[in-house]
Amino acid sequence: MFPVLLFYIFSLAIIASALMVIFSKQPINSVLFLIFSFINAAGIFLLAGAEFLALIMVIVYVGAVAVLFLFVIMMLDFNPDTIKKEVGKHLYVGLFIGFILFLEIILMMYSPELFSYEYQIVGNTVKTSLTNTEILGNLIYTEYFLQFQISGFILLVAMIGAIVLTLRHRDYVRRQIVSDQVARDPKLSIELVDIKLKIRK
Amino acid sequence: MGSLLNDSLVIAPELFLIVSAIILLMLGSFKVKNSAKIVLYLSTITLFFVSFLELIMPWDISIIFNESLIENSFSRFTKSIIFMSSAFVIILSSRWLIRYDEKAFEYPILILFSSLGMALMVSANDLITLYLAIELQSLPLYVLASFRRDNINSGEAGIKYFVLGALSSSLFLFGASLVYGFTGSVEFFEISKVTSYSEVSAGLVVGIVFILSGLIFKISGVPFHMWTPDVYEGSATPVTAFFATAPKMAAMCMLVNILYGPFADSFYSWQQIIIFVSIASMALGSFAAIKQTNIKRLLAYSSIAHMGFTLIALALPLSPSNIQALLIYMLIYLMANLGVFSCIMSLEKSEGESVKDISDLSGISKKYPFIAFSLSIFMFSFAGIPPLAGFFGKYLIFRSAIENGLFLLAIFGLLISVIGAYYYINIVKVVYFDESNSSITKSSSKGLSITNIACTIFIIFFIIIYTLSPIAELARLAGISIN
Amino acid sequence: MPSILQDYLPIVIFMSLCMFITLLLILPPLLIAPKNPDPEKLSPYECGFEPFDDARSKFDIRFYLVAILFIIFDLEVAFLFPWALVFGDIGLFGFFSMMLFLGILTIGFIYEWKKGALEWD
Repeated sequence: MFPVLLFYIFSLAIIASALMVIFSKQPINSVLFLIFSFINAAGIFLLAGAEFLALIMVIVYVGAVAVLFLFVIMMLDFNPDTIKKEVGKHLYVGLFIGFILFLEIILMMYSPELFSYEYQIVGNTVKTSLTNTEILGNLIYTEYFLQFQISGFILLVAMIGAIVLTLRHRDYVRRQIVSDQVARDPKLSIELVDIKLKIRK
Repeated sequence: MGSLLNDSLVIAPELFLIVSAIILLMLGSFKVKNSAKIVLYLSTITLFFVSFLELIMPWDISIIFNESLIENSFSRFTKSIIFMSSAFVIILSSRWLIRYDEKAFEYPILILFSSLGMALMVSANDLITLYLAIELQSLPLYVLASFRRDNINSGEAGIKYFVLGALSSSLFLFGASLVYGFTGSVEFFEISKVTSYSEVSAGLVVGIVFILSGLIFKISGVPFHMWTPDVYEGSATPVTAFFATAPKMAAMCMLVNILYGPFADSFYSWQQIIIFVSIASMALGSFAAIKQTNIKRLLAYSSIAHMGFTLIALALPLSPSNIQALLIYMLIYLMANLGVFSCIMSLEKSEGESVKDISDLSGISKKYPFIAFSLSIFMFSFAGIPPLAGFFGKYLIFRSAIENGLFLLAIFGLLISVIGAYYYINIVKVVYFDESNSSITKSSSKGLSITNIACTIFIIFFIIIYTLSPIAELARLAGISIN
Repeated sequence: MPSILQDYLPIVIFMSLCMFITLLLILPPLLIAPKNPDPEKLSPYECGFEPFDDARSKFDIRFYLVAILFIIFDLEVAFLFPWALVFGDIGLFGFFSMMLFLGILTIGFIYEWKKGALEWD
């Protein structure tokens, strides 16, 4: 009973905060509601028994991605009124597509063959005393070796991409180059010049 | 895990690619003198070498890394073509790149990583690997699209491509999760086992449809084509040349792999989708191209139409000759595209600006007869005029369609290619018969002319090359290995 | 109730306590406190004169670069948690698998270091 209650609390909170993401006037508020819905999604993961995913959701999405969202919103310097005008243009198309998606959900719920016993999900259920994170750990690094390394390359490419697109050195900034400073030799940097002084008479 | 060494030997070309990409990245970061140029040359050599390596590796089937990758003649052949066209793209871009930014050594490295992603896409044998490979392939493409970051169009192209690409990835993931839910596995062999002994369930069909939507985005098939013209127009021309060639080949081969692999038994559920996408792409690509004045937008619509023609071969029941036709068609498409881009890039407006509009090309035949000649050869080939390569590509595709009884599709394709011929031949008309535009100058480099000559020879003497060289045989072997 | 939820019961209680106290502090003022807004009260206050321009000013893109590089290493760390937990079971292969992964990202780290992405200016 208690988990079911929690499930409904979490999902209602997700739906409510997702609606607030769309309808709140200030973009900053939207992001804060987005964070709230992430946290509730983490709660639902927890209820489903996926603790690792729940905590990663909090660390990655709430800790990092949401911060990035805040940065982007601050960087864009937009006026909420212009956004509203833009949204107004596409409102009906959006509502239409949303309505179709909603109909699809309803159809899914009422199409008997999707959820009948004939087409039960055939996934393997594992009975084990290990925790969630341990099961993942046992698989990722050995069984899914290749996929693990590919994700490493994706992160590498993301790093290169971020730097290529955003890094820009300003020419007028003079940097400290420690090795140059250390390697500086008084013999090479100081030049002694004999100046012949003419004595005016 | 003693098998790791064996498995690594099977993907030796990819390993070589990875190692050299990392070495080149380090070479670029530790600023050796002229490092950007060195990285550019070495990455071209690497790609050609890897392409060659794929051809000489043993072509028999091997399933490696806990069934996550499959290597067979199909993957070897297509990867060889992909690497080769990436190498040509780097050759094409070298002059533009050095002029744009002498220190931008990341450009070839991004192409190397993207090619690695494409290679993994072609040989992926489970949905997780496939998804990761798609991401590894597309992330560098997003970056490349907005590589000219001071240019607002380029930024727009990157944003559009990224947002829509992320959407298509999410569609793919949703479909993959449904397929996992209704078959109990992400591995292709397991999925095909489940679909072969039980009836195709509604949930699985929904999953397949979502996966297909995600993948059709990558080949810019019609309901998901909207990004193509804008991204082609906004990106730098060499980047557009890359978008139009290797990723299309990789995505098409991935479609072949996934449709005839795990979903082979649900053929009748996806055949209608492919037929629809094929017809819609051919029609929209051909009709929308008529109005275009910008060359890159025209090439974008032309590539949409060509993807439509290629999909005809996918709408047929599996047979080696269909796959062979598809591969040959894609090969010809790649070579003609590389040729067209090499022509466009060896011309420029007087201010050091690249050619944009079709009207810029008017009357170049008097000044630069060879470029005009090769450009018209490629256009005739796109249109499918008989002695050229494009005709044989179309012939093979339509023959497969007729052999399998899809007469209507073949006839529709024929009619559409007549419409397509209008705007291709229009370019030839502009090049040869219009008033000369004096401000156009030639700015060719060795790499551009070599690519141009190679592609022209390939397109003109395709029939001789096809009969004498082992291409047909290799493609046939590749077709046999799909089952 | 699954045992996994029992482990998290203290957190649930803690969170509900937080929620309760927060609501206790927010709701009564909202309901009881007198509200008589007038235009002067609602106008932004900046040392007695009208604010010069919008509070939303453009942010330097370098913050974004730092944030994105942080996310990448954050994800890398996310992979380390399960690895540390099963370190004893996955043997030498698992160890070197992680070392390879870390090596790939170290390459990226060297790249961004040499490129100067870690310097503020």
